[in-house]
Amino acid sequence: MSLTTILMTVFSTTLIYAAPLIFTALGGTFSERSGVVNVGLEGMMIVGAFSSTVFNLAFANVLGSATPWISLLVGAVFGLLFSILHAVATINFRADHIISGTVLNLMAPALCVFLTRIFYSGKGQTPVLDQSMGTFTFPVLSQIPFIGKVLFTRTSLVAFLAVLVGIASWYFLYRTNIGLRLRSVGENPTAADTLGINVGTYRYLGVLLSGFLGGIGGAVMAQSITLNFSASTISGQGFMSLAAMIFGKWNPLGATGAAIFFGLAQSLPIIGGYIPVLSHVNSVWFQIAPYAITVIVLVFFLGKAVAPAADGQNYIKGK
Amino acid sequence: MEDYVVEIKHITKKFGDYKANDDISLQLKKGEILALLGENGAGKSTLMGMLSGLLTPTAGEILINGKKAVMSNPRDAKKLGIGMVHQHFMLIPAFSVLENIILGDEPTKGSFINYQKAAATIQALAQKYQLDIDLKAKVRDITVGMQQRVEIMKALYRQANVFIFDEPTAALTPQEIDQLIKILRALAAEGKAVIFITHKLKEIKEVADRCVVIRMGKVIATVEVSATKEEALAEMMVGRKLNFALDKQKMAQEKPVLEVKGLNVEAHKQLKVAGVDLTVHEGEIVGVAGVDGNGQSELIEALTGLRRVKKGSIKVNGKQLQNASARKISEEGVGCIPEDRQNVGLILPLTIAENLALKDYYHAPASKHGFLNYKLINQTGKQLIKDFDIRSQSETEFVGDLSGGNQQKVIVAREIAKNPALLIAANPTRGVDIGAIEYIHEKIIEQRNAGRAVLLVSFELDEILKLSDRIVVMHEGQIVGEIDPQHTSSEELGLMMAGKTPVSQNR
Repeated sequence: MSLTTILMTVFSTTLIYAAPLIFTALGGTFSERSGVVNVGLEGMMIVGAFSSTVFNLAFANVLGSATPWISLLVGAVFGLLFSILHAVATINFRADHIISGTVLNLMAPALCVFLTRIFYSGKGQTPVLDQSMGTFTFPVLSQIPFIGKVLFTRTSLVAFLAVLVGIASWYFLYRTNIGLRLRSVGENPTAADTLGINVGTYRYLGVLLSGFLGGIGGAVMAQSITLNFSASTISGQGFMSLAAMIFGKWNPLGATGAAIFFGLAQSLPIIGGYIPVLSHVNSVWFQIAPYAITVIVLVFFLGKAVAPAADGQNYIKGK
Repeated sequence: MEDYVVEIKHITKKFGDYKANDDISLQLKKGEILALLGENGAGKSTLMGMLSGLLTPTAGEILINGKKAVMSNPRDAKKLGIGMVHQHFMLIPAFSVLENIILGDEPTKGSFINYQKAAATIQALAQKYQLDIDLKAKVRDITVGMQQRVEIMKALYRQANVFIFDEPTAALTPQEIDQLIKILRALAAEGKAVIFITHKLKEIKEVADRCVVIRMGKVIATVEVSATKEEALAEMMVGRKLNFALDKQKMAQEKPVLEVKGLNVEAHKQLKVAGVDLTVHEGEIVGVAGVDGNGQSELIEALTGLRRVKKGSIKVNGKQLQNASARKISEEGVGCIPEDRQNVGLILPLTIAENLALKDYYHAPASKHGFLNYKLINQTGKQLIKDFDIRSQSETEFVGDLSGGNQQKVIVAREIAKNPALLIAANPTRGVDIGAIEYIHEKIIEQRNAGRAVLLVSFELDEILKLSDRIVVMHEGQIVGEIDPQHTSSEELGLMMAGKTPVSQNR
């Protein structure tokens, strides 16, 4: 295999695995920037993956090749609806954010597998999707020598979209007044309140955006990687996204970059098979690598990273 | 009839049966600086809360520019041109100064914030009022003085005409206070009206035109500042004659209680206390003067067992106590009024009685077989509340609900009731009102006159000069000099604190 082909494979596999993480990590960034800790990303991804798969299976013969893309939106909407639970619990009822997020994580797989059994005659997993997100070759860009082949040939279109969303998120958070206000309620809600900013509204915005993006993340996972839904469709990607968010210092661009790094880690088992030097290594090592890297990154960066000052603190208005 | 910017008419605010404000009336003219003087708990904050839209009055009305104002939230007050500079700044440390100022009222171009326009508007205001601020700096990196200027700018940016300053000088250095006073004058000169809440008489004399004195929720007097003496203001505020002279008896001061030798203490791997030798005798108050951050905190933490001693020895009544546990040190007769009363001295969500029992709860009679004897704890609490004049509703009230001065009295009561051989007092009167200051000073002198050793650390030079028998000056972790308070001035002391004359002078 030529170097170009190897690089192309590494790059496209990385992106394919990174895309769900990017969306979800961005979701986490919005939630935590508004001051609501979101360990429920895993649950939101599961709901997104499940709902998008059901939609895809039901409408593939009507919508054709557009199905996976519309399925993403369906996943997003259900992710958003699911995140309302977290918003209500933490913002209205001032529940502990970790507990509420854990509830989402426990509830989502149980609920979705239960529904799968109901919808698909008792089976624990859905049938395989006919219409999925394949690879994409950019029309003009792929003609560029070397780079075109490595970066723009047979790659993941949705990952490029995810990176664009990451850049847009940065502009949203750091250049618009809504973003400034969203960050202010995550830093010092009392100060924001004295300036007439409704803390609850902006925290809702943060949590719902995380549900929306987490739902997309889960949907991408199902539409482009697992191609069906089962209990193991989302296996720790929500937590990896959380780690990517922390690694990226709660900054959309940082989170995007970190998610791509974790994508590389996740694609190791596949890449390992293609690269001659690595093909003799026992594949178990590659399979545990993403999780091990997540733990290591968290150990080294969690202490140093500076979270939004009021992240995880419920806001109680003064008398 | 004059035009008033703000007119408060017969306002009353009740919390349950308690009248926090009772039929208060006051007027504020354009271009005037009005001081609002009163002890903690007198009702100043309640009154300002109503003026800034945080509270709604039970009875009475507020007129703004002659029109009746209804304010149900801070936003309404802002719209009417009232700007509040809170005692605890309402700023976001992670944001830039510019972002803090515009937050909530951002100029936009399309859907993006127009930072250029915002900066231009603010710079014009800064020039007009001579407010020195760095718009690009992050709030967490700027001085307390500049943070306050950012708060002032926040109000100016929202076109406030009336400025309320809640204890603005509490956290400022003397230089910053001078600067603030200049700003206040500039605001008044531009026709803004200023209300200045304080209990520091000196500042009122310096800057205010008129002064309204409030006590127990009522207006006691409204006076022209230039025609009123400081003592008279103090008496009106407290409601009785204050005893400024202290009764210091002649003491033997021979037997050493605290002996510190060659003490080194580190914090964050930096040497904060470097080779300190210090002795405090029975019946003696030794004052430690110094600018904040020169090792005083670390010294106290080492003495009370909260921080490891790197090198050197600490002896109390001959017993080696370096690196002993805090409990052991307390049991050996060391009492401490700590610097940070809310985080170190008290447990705010516990009751007064529980806080008073913190040094005794673990042994009989306050507890038996691991069970607390609440009857006794509450009884003791009740007695101490009476003995130490802690103003509270009952011994089971939460300490967090008390005013600063009364919180400090709880600590003083707990530490002094144990009759400590050595009492360490760190800024014992910081942020408390004049009545409580007088009281705490009396208690400290009482300890001294009873033959106990007192180590007083304070950033207030007047306090150090007034109470101490001997003063040592700390600079960069070292004791750079020792002076006799009878033969020095605050100027000389100030210079030594700045490290200007690092020579030991015994006169």
